[in-house]
Amino acid sequence: MPRIFAYIVHRNGVVDDSAAELAAAATKIDAAAAPTALVVGSGAELDAVCAALPAGFAEVWKISNEALAYPNAELIRKALLKVVPANSLVLVAHEHFGIDLAPGLSIKLNAAFVSDVVGIEGVEGNSLKLVRQEFGGQVSAHVKCDASSGAVLTIRPGTFKSEESGISAAPVVDKSSEIGPLTAGRRYLQTIVPESGDVDITKHAVLVSVGRGIQEKDNIAIAEELAEALGAAVSCSRPVVDAKWLEKSRQVGSSGKTVKPKVYMACGISGSFQHLAGLKGNPFIIAINKNPKAPIFQVADIGIVDDILEFLPELTSKVREMQTVSAK
Amino acid sequence: MLETTQSIVSSWLAPGYTLFLFVQFAGVGAFAYIVARRMLPLVRAQRDQRFDRPLERLQKLGKYFFAQWKHPRYRTAGILHILIFGCFLLLAMRAFTVLLVGVIPAFAILRGEAGHFYEIATDYAATLVFLCMMFAIVRRTVVKPARYEVPAKFGKAHKADAIFLLSLIALLMFADSLFEAAKGAGQLQAGELTHFSAAFSLPWLLKVSLASAPVAILQRLYFGAYLLHAVAFYFLLCYRPFGIQFHVETSLFNIYFSKLDKGTLKPVRWGVSDEQLDQVKSFGVKTFEDFTWKHMLDFYTCADCGRCSDNCPANAAGRPLSPRFISIKARDYAFQHYPMFGRAGNGKPLVGNIFSEDEIWSCTTCGACEEECPLLVEYIDKVVDLRRGLIDDGKVPQSLQKPLKALESRGNPYGKMEKKRGDWINAEGFKQACPVKTLPKNSADTLYFVDSVTSYDDRMQSIGRATARILNHVGENFGVLGAAEKDSGHEVRRFGEETLFMALRDQNTEAIKAAGVQKIVTADPHAFNALKHDYKDLPPVEHISQLIAREVKAGKIEFNPVENKDAVYTYHDPCYLGRHNGVYEDPRNVLDAIPGLKRVEMTRSRDRSFCCGGGGLMLFYEPKEEERIGVKRVRMAAEAGANVIVTACPFCMVNIEDAIKVAGLEGKMTAIDLAELTEKQIARAVPAAEAAAPAEIHEAVLSGR
Amino acid sequence: MEILVCARRVPDTSENEIQLNRAGNDIERDELVYSINEPDNYAVEEALQIVSRVGGNVTVATVGSGDDEEILRREMAMGANHGILITDDAFAGSDGRGIAAILKALVQKGKYDLVLTGVQAEDGGAQVGGMLAAMLDYPFSSLVNSIEVLDRKLKISREIAGGEKEISEIDLPCVLSVQTGINEPRYVGMKGIRAVASLPVPNLGAADLGVDPATVGASGARVTRVDYFVPAAGKTAEMLTGSREENIEKVFELVAAKGGLK
Repeated sequence: MPRIFAYIVHRNGVVDDSAAELAAAATKIDAAAAPTALVVGSGAELDAVCAALPAGFAEVWKISNEALAYPNAELIRKALLKVVPANSLVLVAHEHFGIDLAPGLSIKLNAAFVSDVVGIEGVEGNSLKLVRQEFGGQVSAHVKCDASSGAVLTIRPGTFKSEESGISAAPVVDKSSEIGPLTAGRRYLQTIVPESGDVDITKHAVLVSVGRGIQEKDNIAIAEELAEALGAAVSCSRPVVDAKWLEKSRQVGSSGKTVKPKVYMACGISGSFQHLAGLKGNPFIIAINKNPKAPIFQVADIGIVDDILEFLPELTSKVREMQTVSAK
Repeated sequence: MLETTQSIVSSWLAPGYTLFLFVQFAGVGAFAYIVARRMLPLVRAQRDQRFDRPLERLQKLGKYFFAQWKHPRYRTAGILHILIFGCFLLLAMRAFTVLLVGVIPAFAILRGEAGHFYEIATDYAATLVFLCMMFAIVRRTVVKPARYEVPAKFGKAHKADAIFLLSLIALLMFADSLFEAAKGAGQLQAGELTHFSAAFSLPWLLKVSLASAPVAILQRLYFGAYLLHAVAFYFLLCYRPFGIQFHVETSLFNIYFSKLDKGTLKPVRWGVSDEQLDQVKSFGVKTFEDFTWKHMLDFYTCADCGRCSDNCPANAAGRPLSPRFISIKARDYAFQHYPMFGRAGNGKPLVGNIFSEDEIWSCTTCGACEEECPLLVEYIDKVVDLRRGLIDDGKVPQSLQKPLKALESRGNPYGKMEKKRGDWINAEGFKQACPVKTLPKNSADTLYFVDSVTSYDDRMQSIGRATARILNHVGENFGVLGAAEKDSGHEVRRFGEETLFMALRDQNTEAIKAAGVQKIVTADPHAFNALKHDYKDLPPVEHISQLIAREVKAGKIEFNPVENKDAVYTYHDPCYLGRHNGVYEDPRNVLDAIPGLKRVEMTRSRDRSFCCGGGGLMLFYEPKEEERIGVKRVRMAAEAGANVIVTACPFCMVNIEDAIKVAGLEGKMTAIDLAELTEKQIARAVPAAEAAAPAEIHEAVLSGR
Repeated sequence: MEILVCARRVPDTSENEIQLNRAGNDIERDELVYSINEPDNYAVEEALQIVSRVGGNVTVATVGSGDDEEILRREMAMGANHGILITDDAFAGSDGRGIAAILKALVQKGKYDLVLTGVQAEDGGAQVGGMLAAMLDYPFSSLVNSIEVLDRKLKISREIAGGEKEISEIDLPCVLSVQTGINEPRYVGMKGIRAVASLPVPNLGAADLGVDPATVGASGARVTRVDYFVPAAGKTAEMLTGSREENIEKVFELVAAKGGLK
């Protein structure tokens, strides 16, 4: 079996949840061996990350360099090429950074590349048997990957759950001296944080979330009324922001906010993984959608096939009715 | 009094002969130059075919110009204008005579008794105009009708200019009256006056007060009044082409050249057939010169009265569109870029400069503006032309791009599969009770053209089924095109996508011809208008309301009485059935034939009906507005005391049902389509099991859907 | 600036219902409507806007067959100056790396300052742009949502988590993958499409590009899709089957129980 590496995403000294997931994914490929964590960055923050890694790794390779203080995929790729041996398997989380790093890394490693893997069925000789999704999650596909020269896989966050718990006790190997000088054709300048709107959806226990099914801007009021009755906030998926019906600060998803509510009402939301990637903490998900085949019904706790434009106002009336009853 | 050769006054103007001659020539010359400059952009404009059917045009002239037909729609202003206009016509000859008298002392058109009679009439006319001017000034300054106000975004108020003009006309009347008065007083003193004069008219009052003035004074007054009159007259004449008063000159032509066929649209280029259209590189109006000369004449003719915007539903809802300012801004553009002296034209695009994109997309093409305008200024063709230009340049809001793309690939704006278009006829229960033939694999006399919204929208399919049941009931041998039908393309065309429209039209025409039917019926007024006016060489088309009315009259449809005693019905005229096609009475006759049906009329009804918000592609557009157009309409129904709105258009149904919810009137107001109501109330001889299932509609009505 | 946009023709997800075919090994393709991959359309619009600001030409290329030419023509109707169809039997069955290798050959045949792709297509690969850049040794950025042209470089904004934007400088020539929402693509009307219907679209094959067929196509592919399937429902939602009233009752109870009422 080729050696398996897992690229660890971290921010401000905090290890991303995907780290544990990559470790879990690695065991699906090779139940015997635990992967090697690749931790890249700079300074004391990096040490904090190494100390906070979840269990499931055999070894931790630390690469520290001033130039890597901000994660620049090109520089990091150059660094990794110096240390990762040929014919290895490299697992990366399929999110912003992974999308930036992994395809080019696979070329330079002369390895195969499979993105957004949602299932690992096993190994057959030199081939990996994987599962992916296409058409926005409407169909799945069995994929065979020839890993004889190695492979780079991006793993969809949230699909592999780690069995292990606790902090990693794996030895940390400092590989910083092996990487050589680092320059890149792309240079980081700054990060712009969006203006926070009047509502911070990350602070609400209950979210009434709307997707394309709300159909038009004026209908958002229906969701707002329900949210008001529940003491909740209105959030949304990406298409609603693209159509400019709600501000970006309301978007839940991989390119929006990450929320951890207790109750999440997904109204007219199809359930693309980019949206679900923003839902953490295992909330109770109630999904209402006209389309019985919407992918959201795969992840929701309760599903209702109905027209949100009719269902929500009636639910609002019910909530209000019960509140006046209990107030008496 | 007009014969002055033997009169004492005949020499009073003599000293000014050269001056007066100069004033005449200068005035006429200046006016000619000004008008020529004003005509310059029209010469550069696109051609327009307005010289055909002279008899019909003359009839329109009689009705709208001479009889001022549209004016009384706003009573006070209308009466005022009719008086002023009538008097102006009467005074025209007098003004002409008064001017010429300064250089041809013996000049008179009417003599003897006729002349005398004319003199008395015009004395009163001048007085009336003077009084009307005073009244109008008071109205402008004190009453301040809302439709004259200029919203800040459109610039400064027009009030000062209006008052200036009104005052000038009053001055002209005064000068004329003083002129006559001075002459009258002179002749009176000379004992020349032998006949009856216009007692208590302005000239008479002035004459009486001058009766004992010294002759020298009278002479000076006569001379001065003449000069004042001439200068005021020529000043007004030359000033008019610089503002709204130009309509005095242009209105006759504007009305003569006005559009004859309602509901039709101007082609992309007059004189260029569809086949030749690919030689036209640029579609639509992008720069000012892309307008036709008649549209430019419209801009000159707009009198800024605001009646159009007062009736525009988009304007009422707070959208950026105000038809009045389409004309005024374009006119100001023409004035600015075609000045009296210097270079003409700047060729810059209009949208993005004087017009905004949202302004142009906001129009629902309801036609209320055109219906109201006393000068028959046209708007819909201009908006469509401007949209053609935007489409040509790719400047289309994202919200409209999706349905347009769906229309291109699937023949309907929803993006649903073509093969499902005819599925509504297979609904459980319906297909057994009322089997519907699909053409052309079957044959039939009549085609029921369903169109997209009724075919695909779950709610509107009930209108389709009700229509089919009615046709069945009256024994019509009909069928539908099913999956072979494409969207009629009515809104596609009115949103400026002419090429896509032609593709849809050609596909539908082919399918209709293959079906071999003798006539077409539809329950969708947009399809009705398209098939009737946008398509060519089709069998005759009618709307279901016309068919029902006819069958009711013939006794083939009889109605059961209404069950709900508390229901008060009102009929909402759909724009493309009513205003654009004149079908107002048939639907009402149908409703009135239902025993026990209580019907009230909204204030805005028939040709003053208030658009529901628009159909077709307009349902996808996301306007910036303060209140939804449909919500306003639903409130009007409530105000009229109704709790059921009857309409005869599926788009009206979409908008009204939606508006009922948004307005918070659920449970208090419902909407039903005329076909649905007819079908529900038809008295049937056949047993219930085989008859239609009215439960579908009944429940829908009661639950407020 | 010479810009190359690499585009792809895909089934239009918003106008299609994606279902498995009867044999169960592919999706049902009979009644699909195809169009240009949406992010690629945004990329072409961005290229057109850049060129209208700084001058230059926009070329749109795709790897496929005769059917795929329609998207090239559509983008030419939108304003692209050239369209190139890369087609060769040898290319069939290429995986992402294969496509990138083919495109690399195209880029090296021309002189392009900037290469754009859409961030991903219907298969969710999100790979060709990054691979192409690595093969060419050009700098790369994914998820670009803003491009400003400077002297021999660009200032770009990249979409990262939480709606934040990562601002970077990137040297030309480079490859960027473009995210939807970067601009508002102009409308392409039927008239425009008809007008370009007869414009020439050169076809380039393996020999024209100097691509070794063994490295691409099915034979060169390291990743192959075996089949399509719809997974057996694993943990799915408990679907409520009552009347709307009953469902609302249930939802209300659950929300209250989970601590969701104020």
